[in-house]
Amino acid sequence: MTLPAPALDALIGNRRRRLSRRRLVIALLLSIVAALFALTLVLGQSYTSPGDVIRVLLGEDVPGAGFTVGQLRLPRAVLSVLAGLSFGLGGAAFQIMLRNPLASPDIIGISSGASAAAVFAIVVLSLDGPAVSVFAVAAGLGVALLVYALSSRNGVAGTRLILVGIGVSAMLESFILYVLSGAPAWTLQEALRWLTGSVNGAQLDQMLPLLVALAGFGGLLLSRTRDLEALRLGEDTAAALGVRIARTRIVVIVAAVGMIAFATAMAGPIAFVAFLSGPIAARLPGSNGSLLVPAALTGAILVLAGDYCGQFLLPSRYPVGVVTGALGAPYLIFLIVRINRSGGSP
Amino acid sequence: MSAAQAPRAAAPDPAPLPGRPNRLRPFWLAALAAALAALCALSVAIGTREVALADMIAALTGQVDTIGQAAVAARIPRTLLALLAGAALGLAGAVMQGVTRNPLADPGILGVNMGASLAVVVGVAWFHVTSAQAYIWTAILGAGCAATFVYAIGSLGRGGATPLKLALAGAATSVAFSSMVIAVVLPRSDIAGGIRSWQIGGVGGASFERLSPVLPFLLAGFAISLLSARKLNALALGDELAAGLGERVAAARAVAALGAILLCGATTAICGPIGFVGLVVPHLCRLLTGVDHRWLLPFSALGGAGLLLAADIAGRIVARPAELDVGIVTAFVGAPFFIWIVRRQRVREL
Repeated sequence: MTLPAPALDALIGNRRRRLSRRRLVIALLLSIVAALFALTLVLGQSYTSPGDVIRVLLGEDVPGAGFTVGQLRLPRAVLSVLAGLSFGLGGAAFQIMLRNPLASPDIIGISSGASAAAVFAIVVLSLDGPAVSVFAVAAGLGVALLVYALSSRNGVAGTRLILVGIGVSAMLESFILYVLSGAPAWTLQEALRWLTGSVNGAQLDQMLPLLVALAGFGGLLLSRTRDLEALRLGEDTAAALGVRIARTRIVVIVAAVGMIAFATAMAGPIAFVAFLSGPIAARLPGSNGSLLVPAALTGAILVLAGDYCGQFLLPSRYPVGVVTGALGAPYLIFLIVRINRSGGSP
Repeated sequence: MSAAQAPRAAAPDPAPLPGRPNRLRPFWLAALAAALAALCALSVAIGTREVALADMIAALTGQVDTIGQAAVAARIPRTLLALLAGAALGLAGAVMQGVTRNPLADPGILGVNMGASLAVVVGVAWFHVTSAQAYIWTAILGAGCAATFVYAIGSLGRGGATPLKLALAGAATSVAFSSMVIAVVLPRSDIAGGIRSWQIGGVGGASFERLSPVLPFLLAGFAISLLSARKLNALALGDELAAGLGERVAAARAVAALGAILLCGATTAICGPIGFVGLVVPHLCRLLTGVDHRWLLPFSALGGAGLLLAADIAGRIVARPAELDVGIVTAFVGAPFFIWIVRRQRVREL
């Protein structure tokens, strides 16, 4: 098929403009992440001058600022960014794959699976650190594959997968509550805090597994961008375009769940970040093309901003999950109303 | 025992649908009642402490002289509460499935119980709600708001309230509500200890004093629900046909839903949120009775009472000498059932 030259030029020009606008949006999101990161480092309970912050980051020993910035604020900010990126990317991948913004890992049981395993490991087995991560990841994957297997009958229907996920999630939630009910009262408050999601008490040396997971699984997901985009058109179309659907699905599930489970093990299931990032990124002007990168950046922004609000802008200190949960609820309602109005969901 | 009798007394004249005679129904009803009686006996007999038969009988006649007798005496209100709550939840589930014409409707899945929990937590934390009456009213208000809200969202757009839309709206709303519960409770360490009872439902620690204020609400709920059986039968034909038969569809829905909300709210106010009883029981009962709500509703009430009581007994046996809250047991029984329904049929509308 050949187009006349002027039409072709117009088409190419359009495409270029769209691409450059996309780059602009990503650059903008990146700079917001950087600004929030810097804000978290510079301004907390007390003000540290940017010069001091930089000197601490360079490894110098700055009296007064070394502990606050190096031990408290920096790990916190790093964990916020990493967890936010993981939740945003993983959640968006699920939403794109199942073609339903409500089908995020928070709602179909994957976060509950990772949480259940982590709570079990912490409370019953008294583990901490990397061992908890291993548990959470294994359980998250196990639950995802279980949901996938339970919902496959003459192929996996998106609808059935979501409903099965809701059922599994309900069971896991009650398991979490059961484990917590056996926990000594003094850990209960802490457990609740963890269950809403919190970046309190982050430590830099524990961040490596999360970083590796994000890089590995994230790279895997991003390498499937084209297949995911094709899946957005519907399974039949995607198959016709040469996408091997079952394999793509498994790869996406493993990668997204792995990422989310690692983040959950470190920061708890920060409410609604996985769910909100994709739809917010989709509403950004000029964000066409794949949603994955903008969604990941949006996730990082949500966690950074949510944590900052929870720490300093509210009357009492809240963990980040409470802030994102409270933000998420009205947006969720708005979203359901919108989707149902347009009849978009099955 | 009163739960077993109330629905039966209030049930309208049982008459099988023309063309679908089902002579086994009275037999099933009798079997269900017998099973319920056996479960009651078990519930009084089984617990952490083993009690001799003589002590049990003495306790049933009102003696509380030995520790064994006192233990048995404490199990009686608990059994009664399990019966009442189970009957209420089973009946509410059947009514909700009828009102929404949706096989996945359940007070737990649709977020109604969580709404009641949130309302109570907010009331306790911010409005100094302390009296039992105020608890119940708050819970019913919360249940009503949540039910209306979820149904309104779920039925927007094409196709009305399809199973997927309702279930998603309910699940999402539940997640939102439970994170709000935590947001309200976290800064208030003074009420955090009580939070657990608003997250998992349980019937432990029941007493006649705590039971009595909720009775009028439950009875009103039972009456309204059971009397709307005929209307639910009409609704089952579809809105157009029901309207053509002279039924005021919106009014019928509202009245039946009011009954279900009263039952859910009142139950949540004393037990906390208990999920899946309202889902499982009507489906099983439908296998026995067919789709006629005049039979289905009383069956569901009896079945719900039986299921919750059995779950409570199981919770006492499994985790001996500790106890498993009944809300956990029902979730573990009910969630696989939910998945089974989803897998079995193409989740068609009722």
